[in-house]
Amino acid sequence: MSGDVNGGNVSPGEAQLVVTGVSKHFGGVRAVETVTLSVRSGELISVIGPNGAGKTSLLNMISGFYRPDTGAIVFAGKDITGARPSHIAALGIARTFQNIALFAGMTVLDNIMLGRHVHMKAGVLSSFVYWGLAQKEEIAHRARVEELIEFLELEDLRKQPTSGLAYGLRKRVELARALALDPKLLLLDEPMGGMNQEEKEDMARFILDVNQQWGTTIILIEHDMAVVMDISDRVAVLDRGRKIAEGSPGEVQRHPDVITAYLGTAKARLEAAA
Amino acid sequence: MTPWTLPRLLRRNAEQMAARPAIREKSHGIWQTFTWAQYWEEVGGFALGLAACGFRRGDKLAVIGDNRPRLYWAQLAAQCLGGTAVPMYQDSIASELVFVLNHAEVSVVVAEDQEQVDKILSLRSELPHLKLVVYDDPRGLRHYSTTGLAAFAELQATGREFGISHLGYVEAEIDKGDPDDLALLTYTSGTTGRPKGVMLSHANLLSSAQAFVEAEDIRASDELLCYLPMAWIGESLFSLVLTLLVGFTCNCPERPQTVQRDLRELGPTIAIAPPRIWENMLTQLRVRAADSTPLKSRLFEFFRGLAERVETFKGDGNRLSLVKRLGLLVGEVLVYGPVRDQLGLRRARWVYTGGAPLGPDTFKFFRSFGVNIKQVWGSTELAGLASLQPDAQADPDTVGRLIPGTEVRIAEDGEVLIRSAGVFKGYYKQPEVTRETITEDGWFRTGDSGFIDPRGHLVIVDRAKDVGKLADGTPFAPQFVENKLKFSPFIAEAVAFGDQRPFVAAIVAIDLTTVGNWAERHNLAYTSFQDLSAKREVRGLIAEEIAEVNVSLPDAARIRRFILLNKEFDADDNEITRTRKIRRRFVADKYAVVVEAFYRDDGEVEVTTEITYEDGRKGTLTSTIAIEDVLKAAKPTREPAYA
Repeated sequence: MSGDVNGGNVSPGEAQLVVTGVSKHFGGVRAVETVTLSVRSGELISVIGPNGAGKTSLLNMISGFYRPDTGAIVFAGKDITGARPSHIAALGIARTFQNIALFAGMTVLDNIMLGRHVHMKAGVLSSFVYWGLAQKEEIAHRARVEELIEFLELEDLRKQPTSGLAYGLRKRVELARALALDPKLLLLDEPMGGMNQEEKEDMARFILDVNQQWGTTIILIEHDMAVVMDISDRVAVLDRGRKIAEGSPGEVQRHPDVITAYLGTAKARLEAAA
Repeated sequence: MTPWTLPRLLRRNAEQMAARPAIREKSHGIWQTFTWAQYWEEVGGFALGLAACGFRRGDKLAVIGDNRPRLYWAQLAAQCLGGTAVPMYQDSIASELVFVLNHAEVSVVVAEDQEQVDKILSLRSELPHLKLVVYDDPRGLRHYSTTGLAAFAELQATGREFGISHLGYVEAEIDKGDPDDLALLTYTSGTTGRPKGVMLSHANLLSSAQAFVEAEDIRASDELLCYLPMAWIGESLFSLVLTLLVGFTCNCPERPQTVQRDLRELGPTIAIAPPRIWENMLTQLRVRAADSTPLKSRLFEFFRGLAERVETFKGDGNRLSLVKRLGLLVGEVLVYGPVRDQLGLRRARWVYTGGAPLGPDTFKFFRSFGVNIKQVWGSTELAGLASLQPDAQADPDTVGRLIPGTEVRIAEDGEVLIRSAGVFKGYYKQPEVTRETITEDGWFRTGDSGFIDPRGHLVIVDRAKDVGKLADGTPFAPQFVENKLKFSPFIAEAVAFGDQRPFVAAIVAIDLTTVGNWAERHNLAYTSFQDLSAKREVRGLIAEEIAEVNVSLPDAARIRRFILLNKEFDADDNEITRTRKIRRRFVADKYAVVVEAFYRDDGEVEVTTEITYEDGRKGTLTSTIAIEDVLKAAKPTREPAYA
């Protein structure tokens, strides 16, 4: 991956992100309870679990949106526990959101260009007159953005405002913006939520391509089990804030606690309804 | 005189026009240019790579994908080595691929991307002749470990190594080439039966191209957008043969979805497209005009009307009054010029429509807007084209004059026979069919029926076997009726029936975009094509459109009944060819129930259609479709449906 980010350079296979015993409570709700997770560089790991299991809260702590109540998060040897989101982004962690967070009035191109922000060094004045460094930088960043546009097959939408795009396409633009950061670690929060089967297959292919082509580490939250089991190297299962299982897709599927967590909630719901 | 072949022309261009642009590809949002010197370099490298892998004279190389410079280079590389290029339709389904690749005994396939590679690899066990698959775009293919799979650049690298120990290899092979060598094996879409492999030699292609150059103003400075299927002979003639002969620049669009924008950005000086594209352009234009502000859409309609009247007026040989001239001048500034600009035709000196007849109304529309659109006629078997219209004599009824060096004869049954140096070498591995098609003294039976008009223009009436008679003896040419129907923005395709029948009836496929748009304006909710086509309001809309068309048809040829099909005509279902020509006989058989019902008084018919998915799976779709009567002819004038 081009672009030099301070830190985040871990050789493939080594632990890149180490989450140790993190918890997050909201009043009486224990969203995340002493979760420990280690992610190797270049790995595609999925975090699954029933609604309210604490998956998004975990991502929010990694990306700095929440400050963990307990525990530590170490990324590429640096302690990032409770660091500001902007700081974490600059270290090379990018994310997409469960509910799309794009700038609706701006074009696809501009939205993705925004993702390059952390890499821009030119000052206000030189940017204003578009001279020297600012010009050179802009061209280099645009070239990178064009690579991403090609990668995600968005060529025909470059100049379209994102507000008019179909849902699946907006998700794709959001992924492009996250990738524009040249992240070492990519956090994807339900990138396939609300998509139809064809869109899901496309997105799964893009995610795999990112992982394989650039060796980007990916943490994926996803509800579609078929997709998760298909593309993940490893799966971690959360239930009511706790990690109840972790392993290869096959191992996880056979794990008794996982079966209970999934079937159990259904059963509990049935009982509640009765 | 040098006996020219395509590779020799390339070598000449690389020497004489080294620094001129040969081909461009839009990539990363920028047009990337390759000069003739670079073109030659790329082709040479790839040819060496092929040679290193054992590609020899007479071997065949297929290309499959959208228009990409590398796919053109690969074809030329094969030809440099005395091999034959087999361009294929990028949307071919598995069974078609297997048939063509095996029939042509293709040993190397150059595929555009992962999608095409996957398609071919999944069929590999059925393809005994295939040795090597090369891909252009490495995206997603890095981790494939299949043997006999290589990236384009990899093969070129192999080739350059091979070149060190085999100095002058490609040059020597080019020198061995003969104009009678097979250059292209193109499989015709064929409106009947299995595709046939049309064998075209370098001499065939170049004679056709040479005659075109003599008849038409075409220059080395011209710009062409290459976006039509590479397997279409018209595409090959321009983007592979004429570009080499004349030296103009080919431009490959970024992606199929960006063609319209790329067209506008580039502003090509020449263009060629089948009727389908022109019809689409017109439909889009009318939708956009109707979607704009009331003032703009009124202006558009006003000047459109004016242009049409003037065009007819001029056609009758009248001189224009000062007022009309002034009107046109204002129209040019306000409407015609901007519209041409939007369509990307502002710089176009001429554009051609060919491959199938274009409806006269569409033709007139473009001409009245100042687009110099002309008809060409030809066929794959004639190495592309046989006749074209001179600038001053373009009209929708003829296909123009025969190009130099072409003889024409009309057989007793009205069939057009052609003799020229462009007439093909025969159908590959089908000597009987070849004998049926080319007479002993070298005349090619075109299968089109027509005549020569007093000006010396060829007029094509229809496919000879399609022209029929109504029960009362009135001649009936289905295509004529269908083209009238397709002028309506709401009708995408139509098939007319009437041979040996009391009246004319039609199966109509609506245009999902425009009818969908119309439905939205009229607060009509719909879920799918099938649902939309079954709406009473939509049936009413189409009935009105047909009534409008009927006004311009002779009484006997008027369409009395129609149905709206529950799906689009699809090449995967064999209903139309990949170049979007209706396979009339197939449709008639497939929808025999419907055709029968037209001539009973049932009011509705149950239709079960088989649908083929892109991966070859099949499903069925059943629905009861209402048969509509077109009772009255519409009033002669009415508001345009899109106002």
